[in-house]
Amino acid sequence: MTNLSIYKLSTLFKTQYANMLEYRAEIALWAISGVIPFFMLNIWTNNGLNESINISNVMLSRYFLSAFFVRQFSVVWVVFTFEEDALLGKVSPYLIQPLHPFMRYFAQHIAEQITRFPFALFIASFFFIFNPQSLWIPSLFTITISVISTFFSFLIQFLMQSIIASFCFWTEKASSIEKLLFIPTLFLSGLLAPVSSFPSYVKSWIYLTPFPYLIDLPANILSGNQVNIIEGIFIQFLWIILFFSIFKKVWKSGTKKFTAMGL
Amino acid sequence: MNIKKYLKVYSYFNYSSFSIELEYKINLFIDLLTSILGLIGSVFLLSIFFSNTEEIGGWNFNQALIIQGIYTILNGVTNTWFNPNLKEIVNYIREGTLDYVLLKPIDSQFWISFKRISPTGLIEIFLGFFVISYCFYLNKISLNIWSSIILIITLICSISILYSLWFLISTTTIWFVKTWNATEVLRSFLYMGRFPMDSFSFSLRIFFSTVIPITFITTIPSEVLLGLSPAWKIILEVIVSMTFLIFSRRFWKFALRFYTSASS
Repeated sequence: MTNLSIYKLSTLFKTQYANMLEYRAEIALWAISGVIPFFMLNIWTNNGLNESINISNVMLSRYFLSAFFVRQFSVVWVVFTFEEDALLGKVSPYLIQPLHPFMRYFAQHIAEQITRFPFALFIASFFFIFNPQSLWIPSLFTITISVISTFFSFLIQFLMQSIIASFCFWTEKASSIEKLLFIPTLFLSGLLAPVSSFPSYVKSWIYLTPFPYLIDLPANILSGNQVNIIEGIFIQFLWIILFFSIFKKVWKSGTKKFTAMGL
Repeated sequence: MNIKKYLKVYSYFNYSSFSIELEYKINLFIDLLTSILGLIGSVFLLSIFFSNTEEIGGWNFNQALIIQGIYTILNGVTNTWFNPNLKEIVNYIREGTLDYVLLKPIDSQFWISFKRISPTGLIEIFLGFFVISYCFYLNKISLNIWSSIILIITLICSISILYSLWFLISTTTIWFVKTWNATEVLRSFLYMGRFPMDSFSFSLRIFFSTVIPITFITTIPSEVLLGLSPAWKIILEVIVSMTFLIFSRRFWKFALRFYTSASS
């Protein structure tokens, strides 16, 4: 039984990886579209905004580079794919298969991240050419922890979007809910400004939401800024458990509601 | 060119796309929330910048808010007219349905650029004007006829540049078939139009005035509003926008020569 599922999973990953490699030009472009943190860094350092929050230029550029990396490997688009599949009637055959349909999407995301990796490295190397003083090599321990934290961040976002995607069983156009949720993700996650620079009236409640754990935490770990690693990863884990149980419930009642489309 | 015919066709386009969009009424409401939250988010980001300093790149908070307003209006224009239409080009080319467009007795660029309209962007345009009028109060701006004419001219130029950029990228679909992500790259660069161009370092400013002319899109109209823009900048903007429009038109004609249908 376990052998069979391992076999299923590895086949799934291999085919999805081959599929993604075919679209490598697309993925390269997508990687380029993630350069916003570098522009933000430029505004921060060019105007000396970081002096008042006690982060040196070098640490801030490491932070934004790390934020770029974390974002690259936690981008989730499952709701858009699922919505299209639901509208085209592709979900019905997936539901019959002895494999949770979202495993397929999960494999797609992982395969896409592997394809994206060299491009992200390439963009980062450009960054170091322009900012040689910020070059640093994190320890193996730091890298491991930040990879785990980034993966957790990916899982949180994947589960959040899967919950929204399950709304497709009711509304057909669930992606607009995702666009709404993307706004706080963009502004509160630390992609555009580190959470430590936020005013205190925001800081007082922001850690009760999942947003700072999506980019700010992993980016701070990777760039070597002061952060409580154990507590952060534990809270990420709690969010994963919470969203997973919600997803299971929504999915269960959604599939009961399901009426096949297309075909 | 028969303008009357085109206007009539255009009103039919609007009618049909409004009836499509109004099918999803809850969506409209969610999009309204999204636009409002997006604006709050950007103002929040600006306030973080300005909590540490009096001005960035020579712009104070009240002035930077004008750029925010202009950006919101232009983003609304993009979401109302450019985005829904030019996203479709990919489908026309992938499925070979561009054939039917080319066969119609109407200009193909007109058809492709104006077929759809998405009312959700109109909300953003409205919000943008709201921000701008608040800025009038904050910055104590009084517009005379002359400066409002110049403002309208620069805004039209900005919209033309934006349209040309979107259309140029979408046109490359004829060769590359899938260019969704190329538009994403454009989108992420345009995102920087929310900030005054003077706040970037010199090299990025050069990049944003030549490769992707964001400077012309949001900063110059805002400078006009503040009465800070010298005449040569305005003339330059007109020239740049004309060049972009003509080039995008030529490029489309050129690209069509390479179109080799799909399927069938």
